[in-house]
Amino acid sequence: MIKKKEKVILLSVFLLAGMIALFFFLLSGGKGEIVRIMTDGKEYGSYSLSEDQIIEVKTAAGCNRIVIKNHSVFMEYADCPDQYCVKHKPVSNANETIVCLPHKLVVEVHSEKDEVMIDGISR
Amino acid sequence: MAKKVAYSAMLVSLAMIFSYVEVLIPISFGIPGIKLGLANLVVVVGLFFMSPAQVFTVLVVRILLSSFMFGNMSSLIYSLAGGCCSFSMMVLLKRRKELSMTGISMFGGVCHNAGQLLVATIVVQNFRVLYYLPALLISGVLTGMITGIIGQNVKKYISL
Repeated sequence: MIKKKEKVILLSVFLLAGMIALFFFLLSGGKGEIVRIMTDGKEYGSYSLSEDQIIEVKTAAGCNRIVIKNHSVFMEYADCPDQYCVKHKPVSNANETIVCLPHKLVVEVHSEKDEVMIDGISR
Repeated sequence: MAKKVAYSAMLVSLAMIFSYVEVLIPISFGIPGIKLGLANLVVVVGLFFMSPAQVFTVLVVRILLSSFMFGNMSSLIYSLAGGCCSFSMMVLLKRRKELSMTGISMFGGVCHNAGQLLVATIVVQNFRVLYYLPALLISGVLTGMITGIIGQNVKKYISL
């Protein structure tokens, strides 16, 4: 079914994928302090993860309701068709995100020291 | 020619049924973009029976129809991106004799997810979505493997 030479190729590719995964895993983490909401590539606002609050974002694409509670953030409501953002588990660690693709909305979690180095890329 | 059209139409409907059915399977990993990709069975098996052009037509028509019927404009871009990426990769890989259908399908699965993620990065203009890459890479390999194994067994029994 699968030839021997092929098994070698597949295994090495699989290992490579695993190493990339590990790399990402080690890179992320750290306790989150700040929530940054980006719409359409531009910053909508920055909020503290320590303050319980509800943020309603209304864009041309639709409506999203982001809730910060108990030091984590989640999407309580969105009127997008797929609802992946609403189904997403609450996030609280740095570099974690909740994305609403149809609405081009990204909820990012940053650690405090992270915020000092502004993303030159996403500006 | 008429035969080709009829075959292609049949394969498009088959692929659409596959993508509809897999939505009914309630396996959710909480990470967007992870699905079985059973519709790719048609592409993967098709590559071994038909010309790449015909397979590509089936793929595009299926994506268009599925998106219009079950999805939305947003999902259309991602499906097209993922589908074209994985198709190009699989066509290129097929020329090399080393890989079996399962191997090609695994690469196809990875490319599909990577392509979708790339488009997502461009659309939301945010590099942080790439943190989903590891999960998508691994799921691409696994789902590709499942599709490939099914495809290899299907190939034994059919002739197109």
